[in-house]
Amino acid sequence: MEVLQIVGLALVAAVLLILIRQQRPELGLLLSLACGALIFLLVLDQIGSVVRLLEELATAARVDRLYLTTLLKIVGVSYLAEFGAQVCRDAGEQAIASRVEMAGKVLIVVLAMPIAVAVLEAITGLLP
Amino acid sequence: MNVELIFRIAGVGILAAVLHTVLKQAGKEELAHLVSLAGVALVLMWVVQLLAQLFEQVRSVFHLY
Repeated sequence: MEVLQIVGLALVAAVLLILIRQQRPELGLLLSLACGALIFLLVLDQIGSVVRLLEELATAARVDRLYLTTLLKIVGVSYLAEFGAQVCRDAGEQAIASRVEMAGKVLIVVLAMPIAVAVLEAITGLLP
Repeated sequence: MNVELIFRIAGVGILAAVLHTVLKQAGKEELAHLVSLAGVALVLMWVVQLLAQLFEQVRSVFHLY
């Protein structure tokens, strides 16, 4: 099962990190970054299958593809922004972490624009 | 999955730390810094390759074109 591999990897990496962070803190950061990326890659395959299922359901329900792709983009942007911000916070760079999060929020708002417009048009269409 | 990357990085990290202290005892201060710099550069190369693979897969899964 995936979870055994992930938990084992995380525990081993945590122990190695304590060992390495004493002498070489920069290598410790690189090791934690590599471990985070590996776990993310392991989980990404599962997310891919969930996304394919969502797409099939959306096409079955004849939902406009724009909404689903925008939703997926927003989830992707939030995933990456959170990943980057967390790594910066690990390195002790609070300022950079909050900048990355703010940029992620701005990108998400920009991505959500077309949907907001579509909703408003639908509402004005309903009004007499 | 290339899980052994973690052990490779840990190995290079430990090696760099040990070499740094050994060279410092031997009096070759600048060589010690060079060795740890080389270790960091090597690990950085691996991690950047891993991140490129990760970002490519995220882009394909979430259609982030």
